[in-house]
Amino acid sequence: MGVSGTPRSVIQVSGIRKTYGTTVAVSEVSFEVSEGEVFGLIGPNGAGKTTTMECVEGVRRPDRGDISILGLNPFRDVYQVQNRIGVQLQQAQLQKRIKVWEAVDLWASLYSKSVDAARLLEQLGLADSRNAWFMTLSGGQKQRLFIALALINDPEVVFLDELTTGLDPQSRRAIWDLVRGIRDRGKTVFMITHLMEEAERLCDRVAIIEHGKIIDMGRPEELVGRHCPARTVVLATANALAEERFRAIPQVETVVRQGSQFTIRGLGEEFVSEVIQCLSENRIRVTDFRTMLPNLEDVFLKLTGHSIRD
Amino acid sequence: MLHGLWKLTWLEIKIFLREPLGAFGSIILPVLVFVVVGRFMGGRLPSRSIATSEFVRVGLPVFVSVLIALSGVLSLVTIVSIYREGGILKRLRATPLRPQTILTAHVLVKLVLTAVTMALSVLAGKRYYPINMDVPIFGFTMALLISTWSILSIGFVIASIVPTARFAQPIGAAILYPMIALSGLFVPLPSLPPALQALARVLPLTYAVSLLQGILKGEAWWAHRGDVAALTLVFVICTALSAKVFRWE
Ligand SMILES: Nc1ncnc2c1ncn2[C@@H]1O[C@H](COP(=O)(O)OP(=O)(O)O)[C@@H](O)[C@H]1O
Ligand SMILES: [Mg+2]
Repeated sequence: MGVSGTPRSVIQVSGIRKTYGTTVAVSEVSFEVSEGEVFGLIGPNGAGKTTTMECVEGVRRPDRGDISILGLNPFRDVYQVQNRIGVQLQQAQLQKRIKVWEAVDLWASLYSKSVDAARLLEQLGLADSRNAWFMTLSGGQKQRLFIALALINDPEVVFLDELTTGLDPQSRRAIWDLVRGIRDRGKTVFMITHLMEEAERLCDRVAIIEHGKIIDMGRPEELVGRHCPARTVVLATANALAEERFRAIPQVETVVRQGSQFTIRGLGEEFVSEVIQCLSENRIRVTDFRTMLPNLEDVFLKLTGHSIRD
Repeated sequence: MLHGLWKLTWLEIKIFLREPLGAFGSIILPVLVFVVVGRFMGGRLPSRSIATSEFVRVGLPVFVSVLIALSGVLSLVTIVSIYREGGILKRLRATPLRPQTILTAHVLVKLVLTAVTMALSVLAGKRYYPINMDVPIFGFTMALLISTWSILSIGFVIASIVPTARFAQPIGAAILYPMIALSGLFVPLPSLPPALQALARVLPLTYAVSLLQGILKGEAWWAHRGDVAALTLVFVICTALSAKVFRWE
């Protein structure tokens, strides 16, 4: 926290652009990340997420635009920046026959400070594999090793690029817990994902990026409220007067009836409460009641006209 | 610059020796070839004509040394391209390690392996060789290290241009091995046609062979200052070139 009580901004990106030959990978991207927050860059494959992140890490140089991280310039002060951040790259590998402890030990020696390596391996569930070669590790173990390498220097900002892509749901959940643990230790996390569920569960704030441009940014619930304000209640009742009553609720837009099942769509935060109030005031007995809230997936569809997986 | 260099070098040596053919291919095999060929030729020709004895005494050790150096360079080209393709170079770069440190570590690994192989060959030669050799071990090893260092810098240029790791070995071999034919090792330079002579003079291996043969015969370093200068020039040019064209990913 800064002096004023508002969170300090640790990453500032303004107007960066990066092209590969004739491909414009990133254009006019600007955003800020505050201390202690989990910021997510979400978007389909090829949207320019990795390029953007690598520019902030100092691994890649944008053609245009300014980047500041921890008050430093990631190109001029690249070694100082590297010393204070932790990085997990998309699709990175290590030497096939390097042992887990050797990798962690090498990394620990490269930074001006390091956390206790044995404890870190313990926390990440790698203590039993410390003598295993990298090539013999499972996908989940490799990712946990990369997390260990990203945390070995007790970094102020952690970069995670598609951490759970290619993992089974169980390993994915385990990794999510680890990321929450990183956040709980007060670290700033800048992550990339193309899984909307992952973004919703982990990120305080997300930026949606497509074709190299940020198309919107905000807290997940904020984005949902802004772009997909419609709520849906699905309920079942035998009450003959129900349909009429539902149509009388001010926020209701449509009511669709299929036998005893009603699908009621409406707008606004209050909509679901209004439906419940209507049920209780009119003593309508229901045998089923579900709400369907839109999520980032729907926001993405609304903004781009296609699903993120296409 | 030195930050992390020794640790990385030592680690890369260990990793290399863990490879299925690592120690065997780079250390044991060259020593075996040296001893077996030397014994065979020495035993077959008990008359020891001048030419044979000259080849066994000077040509063969230099030939084997050049092979050791070239296999080191090829292995460097292969490792660098595999590391690049797997994103290992990129991962190492996203640390406070300097880029030069990462590459220097690989050069040191190859130099150490070359020196060890050389030392073992010479010891084996002393023990098993038909002709009693009086080898300037230290000087010769130095000459080999200088030659290897210089050719390794060519390796980085090759590693920069090979499209994928699969092609690293064949492309590297196609560039490096033909140099042996023109190096003066088997055919004396003056007996070559002028065009090939001119070509031989721009190939670094020619100077490496001249240096190695001279030092092995007991000639003075001063007499070979031209060779050392040429090898240094190759190193400087190739290092500058690969600093420009080297691809990390
Ligand atoms: N090294 C590169 N050379 C050429 N094109 C690249 C390179 N890296 C990325 N690209 C291209 O830039 C665009 C953005 O890529 P990237 O940032 O990796 O997207 P994302 O991480 O969102 O999938 C893609 O069209 C990709 O093909
Ligand atoms: Mg990516």
